[in-house]
Amino acid sequence: MSSERSYRDFDWWLLAVSLVLCAIGVLQIYSATLDTKWRDAWWKQLIWIGISLVCMWLVMQVDYHTLLGQVPVAYSICVGLLFLTFAVGSYVFGSKRWIGYGWAKFQTSEFFKVVLVLLVARYLSELKTSHLELRDLARLVGLVGFPMLLVMMQPDLGTSLTYVPILAIGIFLAGLRWQHLLTIVGLAVVLLPASWFLLRDYQKSRIMTFIDPQHDAKGAGYQVIQSKIAIGSGGLWGQGATKGLQTQLRFLPVPHTDFVFSTFAEEHGFVGVSVVLVLFFLMLLQIVQNAQTAPDREGLYICMGVAALLLFHLLVNIGMVVGRMPVTGIPLPFLSSGGSNLMSIFILLGLVNNVRLRRFGN
Amino acid sequence: MTSFEAEQLEQRRKNPRLLSDDTTFAAGKIAFFQYLSVGVILFLIISFWDLQVRNPDFYSERAERNRIRSVPIPAARGKIYDRDGRIIVDNHSSFRVRLHRENLKLEHLKAIADGLNLDYEELYTKVKRFTSRPKYEAIMLKQDLTPGEVAFVDSHRGDNMLPELELIHGQQRLYPKGGITAHVIGYVGEVTETELNTPEFAKYTQGDIIGKTGIEREYNDTLMGTDGQQQWVVDNLGYLRYPVKDSKEAEPGKSLQLSIDLDIQMVAELAMADRRGAVVALDPRTGEVLAMVSRPAFDLNQFAGRIRASVWDGILNDPNKPMMNRAIQAQLSPGSTFKPISAIAGLETGEIDDNTRVHCSGGASYWGRYFHCHQRGGHGSMDLHRGMMQSCDTFFYAVGAKVGIERLSEYGDISGLGKKTGIDLPHEGSGLMPNSKWKIRTFRQKWFPGETISVVIGQGALTVTPLQLASSIGGLSMGGVFHKPHLIKDAKMPEPRMANWKRENVDRVVYGMYGVVNQGGTARSAAIPGIDMCGKTGTAQLASKELVDRNKQFADALKDNAWFVGFAPRKNPEIVVVALLENGEHGDRAAPIVRDLIKAYVDKKTAKATQKQFAEFVREMRGTFALFDMPIPFFGPLN
Repeated sequence: MSSERSYRDFDWWLLAVSLVLCAIGVLQIYSATLDTKWRDAWWKQLIWIGISLVCMWLVMQVDYHTLLGQVPVAYSICVGLLFLTFAVGSYVFGSKRWIGYGWAKFQTSEFFKVVLVLLVARYLSELKTSHLELRDLARLVGLVGFPMLLVMMQPDLGTSLTYVPILAIGIFLAGLRWQHLLTIVGLAVVLLPASWFLLRDYQKSRIMTFIDPQHDAKGAGYQVIQSKIAIGSGGLWGQGATKGLQTQLRFLPVPHTDFVFSTFAEEHGFVGVSVVLVLFFLMLLQIVQNAQTAPDREGLYICMGVAALLLFHLLVNIGMVVGRMPVTGIPLPFLSSGGSNLMSIFILLGLVNNVRLRRFGN
Repeated sequence: MTSFEAEQLEQRRKNPRLLSDDTTFAAGKIAFFQYLSVGVILFLIISFWDLQVRNPDFYSERAERNRIRSVPIPAARGKIYDRDGRIIVDNHSSFRVRLHRENLKLEHLKAIADGLNLDYEELYTKVKRFTSRPKYEAIMLKQDLTPGEVAFVDSHRGDNMLPELELIHGQQRLYPKGGITAHVIGYVGEVTETELNTPEFAKYTQGDIIGKTGIEREYNDTLMGTDGQQQWVVDNLGYLRYPVKDSKEAEPGKSLQLSIDLDIQMVAELAMADRRGAVVALDPRTGEVLAMVSRPAFDLNQFAGRIRASVWDGILNDPNKPMMNRAIQAQLSPGSTFKPISAIAGLETGEIDDNTRVHCSGGASYWGRYFHCHQRGGHGSMDLHRGMMQSCDTFFYAVGAKVGIERLSEYGDISGLGKKTGIDLPHEGSGLMPNSKWKIRTFRQKWFPGETISVVIGQGALTVTPLQLASSIGGLSMGGVFHKPHLIKDAKMPEPRMANWKRENVDRVVYGMYGVVNQGGTARSAAIPGIDMCGKTGTAQLASKELVDRNKQFADALKDNAWFVGFAPRKNPEIVVVALLENGEHGDRAAPIVRDLIKAYVDKKTAKATQKQFAEFVREMRGTFALFDMPIPFFGPLN
């Protein structure tokens, strides 16, 4: 089989765009954490990028059909790890999301994304019907909803929400009867207000501050207000790398993770923002193109799952820093500092390449 | 069908997975996703456009407000000099500390109170009181920190320490030690919240240091200056990172030159020692105050920055009232020092003249009541000159009976008694020049003629302040020209008040006062050879002898007040001095103080004249030497 693969078929464009984004991320992390206790975050990020590239390469080596075959095993292991996180995980900012020690800490919930992309792809491509039956739909929602609930209980609303686009794009592609669609929408309308009572206080206040950031200007609204001020004072051209005063004077708490893009916007202005957004857009198109040229349904579902996940991340993270989305704690792929997210996104890119390399397989 | 196609079909049938290879089913949906991506990216770009390009000013302004903090640069208060340009009040460098409330943690207050030696409860209530005020308003915690307190603030700047504290470098008042000039100068302090609510202080803000008493208060606007502002870039924790160029320099206060002559002031301070009372020296030609002393005094430096509560309570509750400026606030019977005014009233109304004779047998009866002379044995036959010299009460009883209270009070009034002199010091007392109208207004009673007999010798309801007495006797010595007393050298003053008195009448009174000192009168001990000083003693009773005898336990507190007023020279006087010794028993005890001051004044003047002559001589000699091209010998310092 390996004779069919050639590195000419590897998606060099995708790699190039992702590496450019990573480079921008490292530089921005360096600038944002200058003289802070996270000042070594940029080279940690470099190491993570290296590790992630290796992971991507490894994922490409095994035929994705083989990987799809291991989904039940991977799913079980991941659910087990989630339970383990509850038992032995370490607290960071008030929630248990991490297992492992020191350097080797990682977020199980991030890797679940990969498993879920594969799971949705396998489940849907095995269906022989032109439309999703209600029974299949319920089973799929259950399979995705269970780990989602576990992650939500960590509590990590942000990451659990990232499972939604994977599920949604699958259902959308598989074809949903409009009666079912109406039912889901109807249920959502009824259940969303009800779920307000299930939210934790900090989650409620995040939503409140999304509606009115001044509502709690020193507390939950602080980040959003400061982020908007930072972005706004960036102007058209920005204040220059390491010159963003909002960033350098630490008005943005933890400026290198979820809010890294607002520090970028302050220092590089609208022009810099546009460049990054265009790069992300190119990446999306490239992934979608891989979906279009996929040799089979599995490949198509995998690629589209990755694309949907990426689009969701962009919308929620960047929407959050400009104050158009509530604060949910979702990192920006490639730019935000953090190993687990970086690894999972590169593994997902590896899956896309995996599909691409085997597009002439038959 | 070719064999290849048939083979393919065969393969598909064998391998069911290949049935799912058809991916065209999703083409439309993928296109939809692409449009969705375009939509999301556009939505984000428009959001950024909105913030960064459409109204960036709004956010840069807010970013500015975020990170710019104004730190006051305290303006140094103006210095205060004496009339010869010698410094009386200076400044020294000091630190004060402010509390910022933007990132205040209430649990830090305990540590702050401990480190700055503040009362925790007091600090807590202060902070609580400020909760309704805007956050950016900092609270002034303490002035004039000790080196230990400065070190405390300085060492708690780091992370997780006390970022709320801000050290400000400024200037602190440095006053003469030991209470010298204390009452004239006054002291400064932080404006209190009660004061801020009054119109006089409304223009100040919390933390301002303002004059509380004396010159410091009266000329606060001149002395205070305007604080500057230094803009600093701060980070989110409120640490000052670096200064911004755009700052406002502090405008120091203007300095003041007082009319006080430190030489004479020091003589007065020393002469008073620790006796209770006051000394005032005026230049009657201008009304300039040359010296003003009140005793007991207090050390102004205790008030300059931080005053300890114990010290403050001690001063406030001292029965001797050290805070009171007796020179302008003690309102006491002048006793016989009033007699020159009575005499001029008698002469000017024509009721007495050089030929008026009164026999003193130790007292006299008026309206059915017997009035004692202070000399129970009697003075014998008295005229105006001897009546003044011996301070014979009996003679002046006769004057009072003839002149009557209405006319007497008119002369007192034009001399400036019974009303404030208008000196440039706060809280001046007005004294009281009684008359029948006052009696009716105040007591709803008519004036008893017998009361006039008391007033004419400076007793009864009549009260004066030492400054008033100095001003009125000084004006009398000038022939009835009363200049408003003031403390600023060469100040532009209004025209003096003129009493239209006959020169010869004034000369008669002045001659009587000359006799008091130089012809064996009541103050012969105050005579200075070569200086024709005039004066008048006064021994003001606080209670009748009978009352004192009945209340032995208060004997000390009821001892007579001793007064002396003197001026020199007799013709064209240049200095008038009043000395008051509370419970000093007799006026001749106060006389030496006045003598010392006048002697100091004359000596200084003589020395200055000699110096000037010598300087002129040197200048001439230099000219002569220069004329002959000879080396100029050293003659010592000039001026």
